[in-house]
Amino acid sequence: MKRIYMDHGASTPVDKEVIDEMIPYFDKYFGNPSSIHSFGREAFDAVEESRSKVADILNADADEIIFTSGGTESDNLGIKGAAYLNKDKIGGKGYHIITSSIEHPAVLATCRHLEKQGFNVKYLPVDKYGIIRIKDLEEAISKDTFLITIMYANNEIGTIEPINEIGRIARKHDVLFHTDAVQAICKTPIDVGESNVDLLSVSAHKIYGPKGVGALYIRNGVKIYPLAHGGGHEKGLRSSTYNTPGIVGLGKACELGKTRLKEDMAHLKNLRDKLIKDILKIEESYLNGHPEKRLVNNAHFRFTAIEGESLNMMLDEKGIASATGSACSSKKLQASHVLMAIGLKPEEAHGSLRLTLGRKNTEEDVSYVASVLPDIVERLRKMSPLWNR
Amino acid sequence: MADMYTEKVKDHFYNPRNVGEIKDADGAGTVGNPVCGDIMTIFIKVKDDRIIDIKFQTYGCAAAIASSSITTEIVKGKTLDEAMMLTRDDVANELGGLPAIKMHCSNLATDALREAIKDYRKKKKK
Ligand SMILES: Cc1ncc(COP(=O)(O)O)c(C=O)c1O
Ligand SMILES: [Zn+2]
Repeated sequence: MKRIYMDHGASTPVDKEVIDEMIPYFDKYFGNPSSIHSFGREAFDAVEESRSKVADILNADADEIIFTSGGTESDNLGIKGAAYLNKDKIGGKGYHIITSSIEHPAVLATCRHLEKQGFNVKYLPVDKYGIIRIKDLEEAISKDTFLITIMYANNEIGTIEPINEIGRIARKHDVLFHTDAVQAICKTPIDVGESNVDLLSVSAHKIYGPKGVGALYIRNGVKIYPLAHGGGHEKGLRSSTYNTPGIVGLGKACELGKTRLKEDMAHLKNLRDKLIKDILKIEESYLNGHPEKRLVNNAHFRFTAIEGESLNMMLDEKGIASATGSACSSKKLQASHVLMAIGLKPEEAHGSLRLTLGRKNTEEDVSYVASVLPDIVERLRKMSPLWNR
Repeated sequence: MADMYTEKVKDHFYNPRNVGEIKDADGAGTVGNPVCGDIMTIFIKVKDDRIIDIKFQTYGCAAAIASSSITTEIVKGKTLDEAMMLTRDDVANELGGLPAIKMHCSNLATDALREAIKDYRKKKKK
């Protein structure tokens, strides 16, 4: 059976060029980049070259990049690292964090952890498209606020936040600005300078790189506290022997992503728009997220009277990989917090379907999905007590 | 993802038995709510205290649909007392097991069945 992967928001296949670049660093250049000998120096050079490549795609400087084990660690390091360093300033800045209600769990759970430690966190609401209101942000800032952490683009509904405006406000009030750009990078141009971003999280496996490696951009001059103490790698901010093959993979993925950005964006947008147009022909189907301010590869729908996990499984039977925000598919048996935050009712959230496109998807893939989905929706509706038509 | 389900669950999900509505049902029971994400209705026809026909409608995950389907299969032809004794563990066992997190879905199927039987008994008394 033909298999079609439309879950690139969950993970992407590693690009062949990325794999080729990584392979020699498992055995040929296996040395510890911190070692003084030639084996170490070869690996060191590769790590530093990757650092430049990651910096390049963000329009940052190489010495502003720290390698981590992925998006989750980058979020934790950026947020906790800033919090722990600011904590002592009693009476001044240091106790108040502003975030949004639609962040990835890597950010939300970190903020909840910090609340338990005594920090105050404001979770900004979003409009029906998933966009924060700048006015809410400005009103939330107090003299105690030291950090704003708001994602670049949402992983579920694909909504892109007003990053430049947030950055301007953060700068105006002298507040640090962290953004989780895990889903945005390689799908939209990013410029940490122009956007006034101080801390930014990256993950390799969402951009055709390997799993278990990522990076945190830390603006020159911004100080954070480390989470992993040890041998003092990465300016003491992240100890542990370098994952050389992974780092090389991340670097190559960023390099490819940068050279291909225009081409990728045009390709994905074309497929996405066709997918949205075709699928919205289904009776009582709706698009979640913003019609324009959304990631070029994200199409997110909801269908009345059916449940998302069933939908994912029916699509899987047809060889199509998809995702949902329904309660039954979650470990906590709750509908997605993102879909709740945009004002959907639980039963609307349960009927959601996320299709996230990738480089290798074709128009035929889109046509295939659009051709099988109406029948699946109908099959499930015929079984549903909520569909009385 | 589908591999968290047994072949039996997948069989009953992809080819559900006894789907639909019985217009002149002797009893009907609905349980669940839209918040948790599973709702099911079971319709029964009863003769001489036996379930002679049964159908279901389910809005929910694969576990919920498969549990409804197999429940209708198990109790068709059984006496009402026998059907009342069916537990969620029986349903899960018949399906070759369900992931722990999905046990509440099999609960709904037996609950809906009991509601349908109670509905029948209540109507009969009148
Ligand atoms: C927005 C966002 N942040 C963080 C993460 C976590 O990244 P990683 O899987 O590399 O830890 C993800 C991945 O699901 C994500 O989509
Ligand atoms: Zn369920």
